Amino acid sequence: MSAALIETRGLGMRFGGVHAVRDVNFMLGERELRCLIGPNGAGKSTFFKMLTGQLRPTSGAVLLRGEEVTGAEPHEIARRGVGIKTQVPSVFDGLTVRENLWLAATRMHRGAQARAAVDAMLERVGLSAIAPRLVGQLAHGQRQWVELGVVLSTDPDLVLLDEPAAGMTDQEVLRTVELVRDINKTKALIVVEHDMQFVRMIASKVTVFNQGAILTEDDVEIIMHSPVVRDIYLGKRAAV
Amino acid sequence: MNARARNILGLALVAVVGIAVLVLTPRLFDLDVVLNLTVYMIMAVLALSLALVWGFGGILCFGQSAFFGLGAYAYAIAMFNIGESTAPLLLAILVPAAFAALLGYFMFYGRISDVYLGVITLTVTLILFNSINSTAGPEFHIGSARLGGFNGIPGIPSLNMPFFKDWQIDLEGMFYLSTASLILTYFGLRALLASHFGRTIVGIRENEQRAQLLGYDPRFYKLATFTIGAALAGYAGCLFANWGSFVSPTIFGLAQSAQIIIWVIIGGRGTLIGPILGCVGIQWLTAALGANAPSGTAGWQALLGNVPLILGAILVAFVLLVPKGLVPTIADLGAALGRPRTRALVGRTQEAAPR
Repeated sequence: MSAALIETRGLGMRFGGVHAVRDVNFMLGERELRCLIGPNGAGKSTFFKMLTGQLRPTSGAVLLRGEEVTGAEPHEIARRGVGIKTQVPSVFDGLTVRENLWLAATRMHRGAQARAAVDAMLERVGLSAIAPRLVGQLAHGQRQWVELGVVLSTDPDLVLLDEPAAGMTDQEVLRTVELVRDINKTKALIVVEHDMQFVRMIASKVTVFNQGAILTEDDVEIIMHSPVVRDIYLGKRAAV
Repeated sequence: MNARARNILGLALVAVVGIAVLVLTPRLFDLDVVLNLTVYMIMAVLALSLALVWGFGGILCFGQSAFFGLGAYAYAIAMFNIGESTAPLLLAILVPAAFAALLGYFMFYGRISDVYLGVITLTVTLILFNSINSTAGPEFHIGSARLGGFNGIPGIPSLNMPFFKDWQIDLEGMFYLSTASLILTYFGLRALLASHFGRTIVGIRENEQRAQLLGYDPRFYKLATFTIGAALAGYAGCLFANWGSFVSPTIFGLAQSAQIIIWVIIGGRGTLIGPILGCVGIQWLTAALGANAPSGTAGWQALLGNVPLILGAILVAFVLLVPKGLVPTIADLGAALGRPRTRALVGRTQEAAPR
């Protein structure tokens, strides 16, 4: 593998007495796709927040293409090509679908070029028909698509998706799988997801988080048949 | 009618009404009415400054009067020292802007939360009030300008044509200048809000986290908005100092700060025309209640004569019953009238949307 796109070294996050994430060494190459799984409270979202600068790690380092970005502001990390779709759709509710995408696209293009990019993205995420509507009035599933469109409009090299399939219908999940595969042709992705069917459809390699640390990292089929992984998901006693 | 056509129609309407007021008022009304309208126009510029900062920028500033007052005092002090109004006018804009930039830098880059932002801005204006209030003695002067403390500064020389000291602006000229300033401010802010910068600050108001994750630095955009608002308030302060040839510390007071917020609440956040209407309406009401001795029993007279009480009641009624403010509520009503048609449209687009 060439130089890592993103790498964490001994990354840790402590909230008072709680060690939410501890000593995470993680590495992802260019155009790689990785799924993160793990029970609730395993530290996946905290990990994402540290990668995007929303949380400042209490220990360890984050490196983007070998450059340290630990503790950088979220907008600085975003400008280096990291885009994130958050767990609860984070969009501009008071603006229309088109304006949402426009604000993202104008980070990269201006004028007619930006408008063309917005039209292309509306087409790509299937929102052309509802472009003039206010995002706050849309259904949850549609807001998910808006956020995906917004994130992709900034043309990031690394796309972080936090539970992209949550609240979607089966058909929408299939479309999301297609979109993820499409994005992965040119970009790297890290996807947090609970739906193992979904994970199976998109990923080859899976990282399992448990109690704030990486439990294991392996091929999706091996992970799915691992008794240890099944225990942390199902057998609460094993996690105590 | 689509949004773009409505937008252009609205702009045209404002332009026509604005120019009609500008041209016709001095021809139709006596000088005392024109004088009263002048101060309405000046205050409306001040209302627009908070409409930008709070209504669009989402920054709850309780101390917009601080910048208004700084502008007025900067003009007055510079005028006594310089005597020609070009530099004092610029100072009236630059001093509040610089002060806001400094204050804003610590607030926004220090990640002060919204509530404390309100507290800090309110405190700042009260500090200015108390400081200026206690400068009555002759030892308090800047150059040849005496600060005057609670007595204020009377006899401020009026504006002149830039660089022509003897070409002074008379009372009617002040009306033209103030009204033209209001119209230009309105259209200037419309242009600003239509620009990438303007749309970004609205995006930050809507969802600061998302804006940040897209690569926009909210601290910078908020600071810029805050500073522009202060510059505008300072300019309004300069006009105000001209209008009465007088400034006093009450300009920094609690009543003045609260008034600006009431104008914006009543007119409607997120609009520009709303705060103008709110400002003119409230000022007209205040003047009318003060001028006409109400008839009726003594109790009734005492009630109607109590202007702050009536204004307070109006504010409470608006916050409880019309929380969005006048203009957005009227717009909603207009939209509700056309609802059957809208509903059919929504149904169709939802069918067309991919699942």
